[in-house]
Amino acid sequence: MGLKMIVMVKQVPDTHNITGEAMKADGTVNRARLPAIINPEDLNALEEAIRIKERIGGHITAITMGPQKAVQVLKECLYRGADDVILISDRKFAGADTLATAYTLKFAVDKIGSFDLILCGRQAIDGDTAQVGPQVAEKLGINQITSLLEVVEIDEEEITAKHAITDGYELVKSKMPLLLTVTSEANEPRSPSAKLVMAYKNIDQEVNGDSYEEAYMQADDSSLIDRITEWNADSIGVDSTICGLQGSPTKVKKIENVVLAVNDIQQIPATEAGITDLMHELMDDHII
Amino acid sequence: MSDKKQVMVFIEQSEKKIGAVSLELICEAGRLAKKLSAEVVGVALGYGIGEELAALGHYGCKTVYYVEDERLSHFTSNPYAKSVVSIIRKQQPEIVLFGATTTGRDMAPRIASALKCGLTADCTELQIGEYKSKGELFENAFLQMRPAFGGNIMATIVSPESFPSMATVRPGVMQLDTPDASRTAEVLVEESDLSDEDFLTEVIEVVRREKTVNLSVAQIIVAAGAGAADPETLALVRKLAVTIGAELAASRPLVDAGLLSHDHQVGQTGTTVRPNLYIACGISGQIQHRAGMVESQRIIAINSDPDAPIFRIAHYGIVGDLNAVIPKMIAAYKEKA
Ligand SMILES: Cc1cc2nc3c(=O)[nH]c(=O)nc-3n(C[C@H](O)[C@H](O)[C@H](O)COP(=O)(O)OP(=O)(O)OC[C@H]3O[C@@H](n4cnc5c(N)ncnc54)[C@H](O)[C@@H]3O)c2cc1C
Ligand SMILES: Nc1ncnc2c1ncn2[C@@H]1O[C@H](COP(=O)(O)O)[C@@H](O)[C@H]1O
Repeated sequence: MGLKMIVMVKQVPDTHNITGEAMKADGTVNRARLPAIINPEDLNALEEAIRIKERIGGHITAITMGPQKAVQVLKECLYRGADDVILISDRKFAGADTLATAYTLKFAVDKIGSFDLILCGRQAIDGDTAQVGPQVAEKLGINQITSLLEVVEIDEEEITAKHAITDGYELVKSKMPLLLTVTSEANEPRSPSAKLVMAYKNIDQEVNGDSYEEAYMQADDSSLIDRITEWNADSIGVDSTICGLQGSPTKVKKIENVVLAVNDIQQIPATEAGITDLMHELMDDHII
Repeated sequence: MSDKKQVMVFIEQSEKKIGAVSLELICEAGRLAKKLSAEVVGVALGYGIGEELAALGHYGCKTVYYVEDERLSHFTSNPYAKSVVSIIRKQQPEIVLFGATTTGRDMAPRIASALKCGLTADCTELQIGEYKSKGELFENAFLQMRPAFGGNIMATIVSPESFPSMATVRPGVMQLDTPDASRTAEVLVEESDLSDEDFLTEVIEVVRREKTVNLSVAQIIVAAGAGAADPETLALVRKLAVTIGAELAASRPLVDAGLLSHDHQVGQTGTTVRPNLYIACGISGQIQHRAGMVESQRIIAINSDPDAPIFRIAHYGIVGDLNAVIPKMIAAYKEKA
């Protein structure tokens, strides 16, 4: 018993920790060089699902729509405590905007069948749109609570939760089924479980310290592949006119790297005379 | 449906007060509408706010479609989204704008999903211009500009075949025009088509925090950065602000360190400001900070590092130690005041 939960996760480039390696000589970011990670707030969504499962029981399915290499984020979800993981991958999905992504995810949820709760990150750090969650909720015809801060009470029928509003928070109540978008303030995601990593990687001997780290990094995880379900456009029954580039009403017209142009700056000498002139000029112009 | 093209603004209200961002958006909608020979209309939901809505005419709003229903007094996702969807279906506006507030960003994606139309999040600049695609030319495309990739790129998004095109717009970035009290908007009350089953969320309690400072309306801002984190330097920066009648702001490290509350933070995850004068004291000028203040009319940067990026966007640069520079500024002001 307990709740049937679906957690939606996305693989994103790590735009928050841009190191020198990903910077080009002209001061712009080389997007191809950014490492791929699980979207940070999706880890908060997964953590919240795990806590709910610990509280009242349940089952957690993590799903992602993305290229083949996105299996990496699903492995991470297994190590952290997801029960099942599904990769939704097809070349037809390429170039999807949030609407086409939401459509595809909706068909995947329909194929999973019944659910009580869907948990998403509030927003993904590549596009910062925060749109996919509410769009999936609308497509499924269910209610949503965005920007979750805290689950106050939960049982199999209903949830009472705090969610952020611009100038504070609201305490709200809703029945299931429901979609939540989870903020980084809701919880502190746990690390991958050593026990799960060892189980999935077929490491049976006791390892500790460095050797565990090594085992984690290197051990064979081929058996994990059996744990990962993969669906494509045909298997979820989504038609190519509503997914991928074709199903995306928004197009990117232009992308400009943000480069700082040198302004016509007026250098003010840090002397008494220089600063006095500046201050008096601002006063004469009635700016201060 | 009106015979004139429309640019529509969702009018946000909370406890019968119209949100500041909605006024900004009406002004911006006016600029877009001019290029499209369209008119600016509003869509509002709530109860007992007819008078407030008529006053939107001061900013150039022609008509407000107003769904008056006591159950809509307070925002919840599904009934708000549904009501706006029915108004959009009836009026067929070309463009719909929402504030990129928690409310706008909660409901706009639901509306876009129901209408299967394009939606661009958190825009900072809007234009009408040309867009060419596969040999087809769209002369009056709605160009929506927004930072992405943590502010490292600016993307221009279009949705030329989508009807309507929708965007959420960051509060505080669109210029507010001077109101003209002689104009009022026509308020058309619309029938609510909601049933009790549409109200899926029960709001038990709303807790609002009083803002300790409202930077978005400040005309003079003195901002302290990590270079002013020690108590003596911060006290000096504070003294400069008090002396010249400025609001005190900060970069994120000072807020994270608990030296000032989050209301003081300027930037991507703080407030967007556009004062007449912004004095950046010991702020390096990282992209996330610049995102919130680059539109300031005049920027003075004080920094001991001549290569700090802040100097690239400043109008006046003072290379020096805050502890030496600020006392001279205060003395110069007092001498003449
Ligand atoms: C997702 C994300 C969101 C963010 N959002 C924001 C945001 O909203 N707002 C924000 O501000 N930041 C934000 N940041 C953080 C941002 O990247 C920078 O870390 C931050 O703006 C740096 O603040 P600073 O310039 O005060 O500090 P620093 O970069 O440490 O700069 C301090 C400056 O002070 C100068 N200095 C030191 N001592 C003196 C002295 N005695 N006299 C004169 N100059 C001196 C130094 O030369 C230096 O240039 C965000 C980051 C991320 C990843
Ligand atoms: N391709 C995807 N696969 C699975 N979940 C996604 C995908 N894109 C977005 N999401 C979910 O929607 C949230 C918001 O994404 P976004 O609208 O891109 O900011 C993310 O935090 C994820 O939970």
